[in-house]
Amino acid sequence: MIDHLIPILAGTLAAATPLVFAGLGELVAEKSGVINLGVEGMMLIGAIAGFAFATQTGGGAGAGLIAGAAAGTLAATLFAILSLSLGANQAAAGLALTIFGIGLSAFIGQSFVSYSLPGLKPLDIPLLSDIPVIGRILFHQDWVVYLSWAVAVIVAWVLAKTRLGLLLKAVGESPESAHAIGYPVIAIRYGAVLFGGAMAGIAGAYLSTVYTPLWVQNMSAGRGWIAVALVVFATWKPGRLMLGAYLFGGMTILQLHAQGLGIRVPSQLMSAIPYAATVLVLVLISRDRKLLQLNLPASLGKSFMPGG
Amino acid sequence: MLTTAPLDHPPPAGEPRLQLLHITKRYPSVVANDDVSLTVMPGEIHAVLGENGAGKSTLMKVIYGAVHADAGEIMWNGRQVHIANPAAARALGIGMVFQHFSLFETLSVVENIALVIGGKFDLPALAERVKSVSEKYGLPLDPGRLVHSLSVGERQRVEIVRCLLQNPQLLILDEPTSVLTPQAVRKLFETLRQLASEGVSILYISHKLHEIQELCDTATVMRGGKVTGHATPRNETPASMARMMIGRELPVCHAEPYTGVSAPVLQVRGLTQPTDDPFGTPLEGIDLTVNSGEIVGIAGISGNGQAELLAALSGEVPVTNDMVRLGDKAVGAMNAAQRRDLGLVFVPEERLGRGAVPSLSLTDNALLTAHRQGMVKNGLVNYGAAKEFATRDIARFDVRTGGAASAARSLSGGNLQKFIVGREIMQTPKLMIVAQPTWGVDVGASAFLRQTLIDLSRQGVAVLVISEELEELFEICDRIAVLAGGKLSEAVPKQQTDAEAIGLKMSGLFADHVSGQSAQGGSHAPA
Amino acid sequence: MHLLEPRANPSVIMRWASPALAVLLTLFVGSLLFIALKKDPLEAFRVFFIDPLNSAYGWSELLLKASPLILIAQGLAIGFKARIYNIGAEGQLIMGAIFGGGVALLFEGTGSSFALPAMVLAGALGGALWGALPALLKTRFNAEETLTTLMLAYVASFLLSWLVSGPWKDPGGMNFPQTVMFAATSQFSMLADGLRINTSIFITLAAVAAFYLFTKKSLLAYAITVGGEAPAAARYAGFSSKRTVWFALTLSGLTAGLAGIAEVAGPIGQLNLNISPGYGYAAIIVAWIGRLHPVGIVGAGLLMALLYLGGEQAQLALQLPAAITGLFQGMLLFFLLGCDAFIDYRLRRRKRRAVVATKPAVPVQEAA
Repeated sequence: MIDHLIPILAGTLAAATPLVFAGLGELVAEKSGVINLGVEGMMLIGAIAGFAFATQTGGGAGAGLIAGAAAGTLAATLFAILSLSLGANQAAAGLALTIFGIGLSAFIGQSFVSYSLPGLKPLDIPLLSDIPVIGRILFHQDWVVYLSWAVAVIVAWVLAKTRLGLLLKAVGESPESAHAIGYPVIAIRYGAVLFGGAMAGIAGAYLSTVYTPLWVQNMSAGRGWIAVALVVFATWKPGRLMLGAYLFGGMTILQLHAQGLGIRVPSQLMSAIPYAATVLVLVLISRDRKLLQLNLPASLGKSFMPGG
Repeated sequence: MLTTAPLDHPPPAGEPRLQLLHITKRYPSVVANDDVSLTVMPGEIHAVLGENGAGKSTLMKVIYGAVHADAGEIMWNGRQVHIANPAAARALGIGMVFQHFSLFETLSVVENIALVIGGKFDLPALAERVKSVSEKYGLPLDPGRLVHSLSVGERQRVEIVRCLLQNPQLLILDEPTSVLTPQAVRKLFETLRQLASEGVSILYISHKLHEIQELCDTATVMRGGKVTGHATPRNETPASMARMMIGRELPVCHAEPYTGVSAPVLQVRGLTQPTDDPFGTPLEGIDLTVNSGEIVGIAGISGNGQAELLAALSGEVPVTNDMVRLGDKAVGAMNAAQRRDLGLVFVPEERLGRGAVPSLSLTDNALLTAHRQGMVKNGLVNYGAAKEFATRDIARFDVRTGGAASAARSLSGGNLQKFIVGREIMQTPKLMIVAQPTWGVDVGASAFLRQTLIDLSRQGVAVLVISEELEELFEICDRIAVLAGGKLSEAVPKQQTDAEAIGLKMSGLFADHVSGQSAQGGSHAPA
Repeated sequence: MHLLEPRANPSVIMRWASPALAVLLTLFVGSLLFIALKKDPLEAFRVFFIDPLNSAYGWSELLLKASPLILIAQGLAIGFKARIYNIGAEGQLIMGAIFGGGVALLFEGTGSSFALPAMVLAGALGGALWGALPALLKTRFNAEETLTTLMLAYVASFLLSWLVSGPWKDPGGMNFPQTVMFAATSQFSMLADGLRINTSIFITLAAVAAFYLFTKKSLLAYAITVGGEAPAAARYAGFSSKRTVWFALTLSGLTAGLAGIAEVAGPIGQLNLNISPGYGYAAIIVAWIGRLHPVGIVGAGLLMALLYLGGEQAQLALQLPAAITGLFQGMLLFFLLGCDAFIDYRLRRRKRRAVVATKPAVPVQEAA
């Protein structure tokens, strides 16, 4: 049984890594009061940019991730101009970004369908990877997985312990008050949104250059949306976000191993499970209105245009 | 009403702390400041007096760097300065206490303060400083408390302490007493006098004449964006200052005694309602009767259950059925639309976004509640009838606007309020509930609105007014109750009470008399 | 960064000029794109916008593609007015197709003339149910409809995929994931020989008229608008927000379901994996470009259908990837949202600060 479980659990970590990146990025954006429904689009743009760059330059996954981050940031800039500078409805602008991202990535990707990349080899962490079972699961991963942990720790630390974190929270609660005491609300929100874009871009590039590693049209397959849902599930807390991401990563992996585990459910219905589970999880969290209201950035989704 | 304390600080002398020279600020539709000049000396308490819309707040924002003037200059301690933003103003030594506080509800007191104070990010050390400064000035604060658990008075303390930690040379207070009980106002004045005696200059913005007379050394009076006079308040009378402020005598309302039949219209019995909102106030055992032909006022500071009581009375949040009766019908479980069908009308405190839809025309906004006046047949709207209704409303209630097609948000606060009040009155109500009838409304429109409410009640309508303005309640009401900490005191005839007694009840002390329990001061007493 | 200032009254001109401006900007950026791809922009636009319409067949294809877009967008627009974002119309379309298609399989071999009406009803029902589910989750459990509708769209597509490759698979279909072809009595009849346009277009026409009357005249439509513009005002007036959620989501599900059955009982004639080229998503754009207005949506739907046809033409004539359609759709929505800012705002006028320096100004460093 253990021998069966180790690859499943180890695979879970890799499968969850895009969700961790994209979810953390969206969490930071939402902390500042901006909901960006364009995560799916930014992931796809990051995926094709990373894949194209890695195959064209031969720079490997590292170069791909950097290109993905840059492309995700650019995509987020489009969203930010619309929703922050021009005051467009955030939900609409995010949707527009997703639709645009699907179209753009498919358009560019058409010339890359036949390429493939080598992916990444697992990197053993000395000593830790020798721990029985746990070592094989946690510390026998590619370096991007470790990077995602570092990002999670940094995001959690910044939010909890620094003036910047306090400021993000303040802007997310009341942009009016933050503006009144002299903080550049729009600039801060730009920063948060662009960070979200970079993270979504990395998430997409990880899919195309490490996880798959191929370009397939629409390859993010709703992961961007699941990341948005995870932020709600996490009640805007990085620790809980990680937990949720691994839960969903596990579900994705499970369908691959279903046959091996003797589960006799048609594969199409197994594939639907993560999406149905997202709905279920949203329902379970959202029904507790008080919990949500205590943690929800109060200005989330409302546009703020400094007057005067 | 309040006794005048002697000034215990030396008269100002030497170089001015702040000089504004010919400040002009234009907005697309209005000149908010037109060639405004004023001088504040060190240690001087200087009033800026004017009614709503006179340009006081814009002027203060110019000083605080939140708004940039189109013309004019600012001299600070004898040197010309350009104040780029609030951080720059704070660096100069200018502190500001906002009218609508600039605090963050989900952050603690010390976190709120840390956002404004520069230097190393060390919350425990800052908490110590907050404690010592707040004790020195008699403004006790617990640095670790979350702001949403503080009363309005305590929040103001946070704002003041936040300014004091930066050793300001000039402190600006924008309408600071509108949220305080008379007792708390007295304590605030003590603190301000102490600061002035230490050499801090104070700019005190208000439209309350007696407060300015009591506290301030000098006054600059503004009207329509211009300075209309400089005065020494102690040498003036309220009437003379009022003339400078509004350009004519203060209008007064007339209330004839009601001679018709008086019968209970609204009866609230044991209204108890927990709240879903983590920042809300639960209601506890509220009893209230409003009779035809009278105006009952509910005094108290917002955040003490006002929003919850209004929601329960209007039907936006239904309660247990027999807790609320309209005439002889129990209506507690009915929703807002059903209660309106029975003759209840309601004017909420938020005019834009609740009482009216900002982006829609006045015709469409007439439809909002008046659609039951024969404007709808088989679910289909007769927009002609709505337009005709809006046009009549505009004419009868003197609404200054381009016409029924104007968007609600293009109207001034006073004119939109007249339109909304008119829309509700024209539905021939049995009961009218009004929240903060004259918030942000100029003196002329305020007088008109108050007289309108009195006239309505004298036609036999029961009127319930919830207001933070004590003077307003004493002017128009027959009986006054106080809502504090989710509990309502008995409504007593206004002749049998005064501002002092009402102020005490606002601190929650009445709980002793009402329920026999210990004082519910708690988090809602501004002490 | 503060480039805009609010207008006192929303600009009526910009409200309608904005979509036109967005189309122009999309064409402009499109030309740059064509130039970058070394194609003559004029030639490309001719292929895109003129060639598809130079035959009766082309016009028939235009209407055939515009019809579901218009139908779905009518329903979505009602919700968008109330700020209820059903973005899973694709899933409701699929459920409509599954329900309606299921009925077609039931009637298989009967030749009954009730087949088509029953299919249409079942399609409407399937879509409406798939829209009502998020409404239940929203009103009862407070779950965001944006996420639930979209997630349910994925679930619906996997359900379809399972049905056509499992229980409903055509035994004689060489193992392709598809059902049998529906009988003629289970299909909308063609309007003309050689053209694919069929009688389902009348459903769309009737819907446009009904939605026009509804939005122009009904109190419910007014209440929905108020709920979107100012939720507090809707509560104040006693308009139930739950009713709005139920109504908007169920109705938009219903129209999407109708579009779904119109597709499978029309040009497709069976259930398979390619019953929609993303109509449910494109209809979101159609609703916005059409200003959420029933007549505006007709124009926007025709435009969007033309983009689909143009994309196909461009693939054939210019060897451009078909995905260029999606790219244009996304750009169009971007530009529309950008232009829409100028309905409520205008550019801030540049002002110069007139400072007469008597003494040197003290530079003040930002402290924060």
